Amino acid sequence: MTVRVGVVVFPGTNCELDVQYAIERLGGSAELLWHGDEATKGVDAVVVPGGFAHGDYLRTGAIARFSPVMHAVGEHARSGGPTVGICNGFQVLCEAHLLPGALQRNAGLKFLCADAALRVETTSTALTNLAQVGEVLTIPINHFEGNYVCDEFTLDELRANDRVVFRYVDNPNGSLDDIAGVCNAEGNVVGLMPHPERASDALLGSEDGVVLLKSLLAAATSRATLLV
Amino acid sequence: MPVYNAHVEVTHLPGIADPAGATVERALPALGYTNVAQVRIGKTIRLTVEAPDAESARAQVHEMCERLLANPVIEAYEVVIT
Repeated sequence: MTVRVGVVVFPGTNCELDVQYAIERLGGSAELLWHGDEATKGVDAVVVPGGFAHGDYLRTGAIARFSPVMHAVGEHARSGGPTVGICNGFQVLCEAHLLPGALQRNAGLKFLCADAALRVETTSTALTNLAQVGEVLTIPINHFEGNYVCDEFTLDELRANDRVVFRYVDNPNGSLDDIAGVCNAEGNVVGLMPHPERASDALLGSEDGVVLLKSLLAAATSRATLLV
Repeated sequence: MPVYNAHVEVTHLPGIADPAGATVERALPALGYTNVAQVRIGKTIRLTVEAPDAESARAQVHEMCERLLANPVIEAYEVVIT
């Protein structure tokens, strides 16, 4: 069975083809979902990829969350569908309240484009079910607003319920508690600033993102089986 | 219906780091302004709104702030209607 992954495209998204390529290379089928679509077309998983949706005007993700497709993405996510936001996609999922907290300007006020070492903190998510806790992955970051922030109550809840998915080994952007990625209470919605699709081929310098994308395909397979 | 001017000021919530404000705060003493503290950088949004009275204009702009103009997770906002 080939699982179907929907990759959301807003005006200004620019990582959709990379995600599509990486998913298809791993045996999944990836189709683009235009932001004006009102449905996720029955896909088994959704990826909101990186870029600059709607020019990042006002705030990153602020306009994108009101796109018609986001209503369907919300329904998919709330019904347990594997949903991953990468970089700008993470910002969109936070603005859409599918994930807690927000991403603000990097502490150093610089756009960062570099490899980052990430520690996997939990495997109970749609993006890490095949990884190992404590495993360190090298995955590129590429962002200006990656500085994760949330209130103290939310941080306590994230820590207590194993919802910090990744931490930076060497915090590049000032993120609270070195957080590079978080998930919802059920673990099916995950957001992270680093780009696993850019570390999915030896030619790109790292294949460390493969275990994450394979985890997503595994989660999508369980979802597909469940719904049959 | 009357048209009101709304002036919305969006700033970081107290306790939320403001890296741009902190950088400016460090730069000002270099120019001799050693008596400066608590620099916060935000944004201003101006708009006009047609409404039956100032109160309903204010209520509507507050709603816009909650839903779009500000992110209440990290930002505070102030609305002035004239």
